[in-house]
Amino acid sequence: MNTAEMATEMPADDLVKLYGQMVLIRLFEEKTNEMYHRGHISGYCHLYIGEEAVAVGALNALRPDDYVIGAYRDHGHAILKGSDPKRVMAELFGKITGVSKGKGGSMHMFNRETRFFGGDGIVAGELPLAVGLAFAVEYRGGDEIVLCFFGDGAVNEGGFHEALNLAALWNLPVIFLCENNEWGMGTPVASASCSIELTERASGHCMRIEKTDGMDVLAVLDTTRRAVQYCRGTRKPVFVEAVTQRFVGHSITDPQIYRTKEEIAKAKKRDPIEAMKKRLIDQRIRLPQELNEIQQQAAREVEEAAEFAKESEFPRPEELCADVWDLDHFAQEVKDALSSGRS
Amino acid sequence: MPVLTYAQALNQALREEMRRDENVFVFGEEVAAWGGSFAVTKGLLEEFGEKRVRDTPISEEAIIGLGIGAAMDGLKPVAEIMTINFILLAMDQIVNHMAKLRYMSGGQVTVPLVIRTPGGGGLQMGAQHSQSLESLFVHVPGLVVIAPSTPYDAKGLLKSAIRDANPILFIEHEAIYALEGELPEEEYLVPIGKADVKREGDDVTIIAHSKMVHVAIEAAEKLAEDGTNAEVVDPRTIMPLDSQTLIKSVKKTGKAVIVQECWPHCSFGADTAYAIMDKAFDYLDAPVKVISSANSPFPYSRELEQLALPNAGTVIETVKEIA
Repeated sequence: MNTAEMATEMPADDLVKLYGQMVLIRLFEEKTNEMYHRGHISGYCHLYIGEEAVAVGALNALRPDDYVIGAYRDHGHAILKGSDPKRVMAELFGKITGVSKGKGGSMHMFNRETRFFGGDGIVAGELPLAVGLAFAVEYRGGDEIVLCFFGDGAVNEGGFHEALNLAALWNLPVIFLCENNEWGMGTPVASASCSIELTERASGHCMRIEKTDGMDVLAVLDTTRRAVQYCRGTRKPVFVEAVTQRFVGHSITDPQIYRTKEEIAKAKKRDPIEAMKKRLIDQRIRLPQELNEIQQQAAREVEEAAEFAKESEFPRPEELCADVWDLDHFAQEVKDALSSGRS
Repeated sequence: MPVLTYAQALNQALREEMRRDENVFVFGEEVAAWGGSFAVTKGLLEEFGEKRVRDTPISEEAIIGLGIGAAMDGLKPVAEIMTINFILLAMDQIVNHMAKLRYMSGGQVTVPLVIRTPGGGGLQMGAQHSQSLESLFVHVPGLVVIAPSTPYDAKGLLKSAIRDANPILFIEHEAIYALEGELPEEEYLVPIGKADVKREGDDVTIIAHSKMVHVAIEAAEKLAEDGTNAEVVDPRTIMPLDSQTLIKSVKKTGKAVIVQECWPHCSFGADTAYAIMDKAFDYLDAPVKVISSANSPFPYSRELEQLALPNAGTVIETVKEIA
């Protein structure tokens, strides 16, 4: 599908919404970077800058009751799947008001209510979980689907293959969406996979395969919509590869010495936000100053998120050993021992 | 009272819980058509059908991951890992996901998954098929580890485990699947986290779990002939441990011997010995002793393998050392 045509046929407000969501995520991630360097955020922190079109395009193809699970570059996914940016930022700051009470951190954003199951710090760890979520949907006779994100680095893990095989064997409605940003940390795809055509990783697993331009939010939206329609209708899994680019390092502390300046500059030429901005102006959907207002509104929202996070409390010491076990059935002395963390 | 084997008792537990709660489903390698490689799931496919009793490929990571995902969404999966030796293939899913999802999500997500798996040796199954690896799971916060020794405990604890909200490793033992025991006709549960005094005595406390409970009882009966009355305490749940019951016994007897089929280092037995030293130091008349399997892989050859395992003889020797 020609995305230029697609743009002229879509309601204008939908296009503006996609733009606004990408801008929000971009600004949120830039604020996260700033807060990290100011010492409010520590540890591992993986930014989604440059890749916004993938999450925005894909999540807009879902129904609100569909399930989403992903990997550690998850702040944008968390926001799009219903978590308030204030609470995502608070989680990054390690505050009790964070989505996971400050106990998860950057890689472990969850929202059970909206069916966002994380966030996973183990490459490919989420794929078998996605298969389990889909199993539960089928078991109950539902028609929801599960959208599972992972990176190019995941396709050589054993668990990736186990999960794809099982989903195909048992007809489980999972969309396995590979966000291929062409670098697994500092390892290019060509050094990790015997074939750089990553769809071939799924070829042996008997499922429908799609590939899309991850720098074009409309391409991602269109491909995902068709995958969702197929998945929801047939209850069979789909593998989607979205080829994208990250404009920043693997994590905040990564200086990207393995990439040339030219390569990074070339990647930035395909900025999905600039592309959509140009589209909105060229199609006369919005004036430049209206787009600036959207940007400023997003900037205010992100600033408020940072303020909220700064002003929130840290978790109290009692939180350290809470939520480890469900203690209801245990005798009091067992509860006491486990709650103290010194059993 | 009816007499059932340990395997039959587990089968009954599964059946009753599957009848009671339609969210309970059973899956694993050879559990459906074959009826389970140790017959624990025999007849379940016939009664409950293909939706609720599923044969999986040999894919331990996906088996456990599927169980975790389904449990997160509110089902009650009972996964079978054919033997504990194969669970190592799913360690990331168990340690990094099953044990931690509740915590990392700030309590939003729960994982009421039960993994049933038999461990143990003594049947000449070779080094890779004879291990007692439960200590690995006792080590990881967030997991409940249960190891019943009798048909009565096995049925009652499996029922409790399936109803429980925690992620649970339910450790069976291949060599006691045929062990018989009396079971009540009426429904009953055994509480998780509660130890059981299997034999009362005043002179020494012998702590054992799983098959070693029977070795301990055999040793206790021989010791009684010589006038030493041993108390045998079976923790039943090894994490969390009912240390209160264990300490109460040690305070009475002043002596503790732990017998386990695990290897000695970083084991449940070593950990429990520390707990007794720490909590009952003033009551001890002798060092706490731990009898483990020999610190080597298990050999195939029959007598060599028997030499590796604790038996009533080694328990008696150890008790006499500290008498």
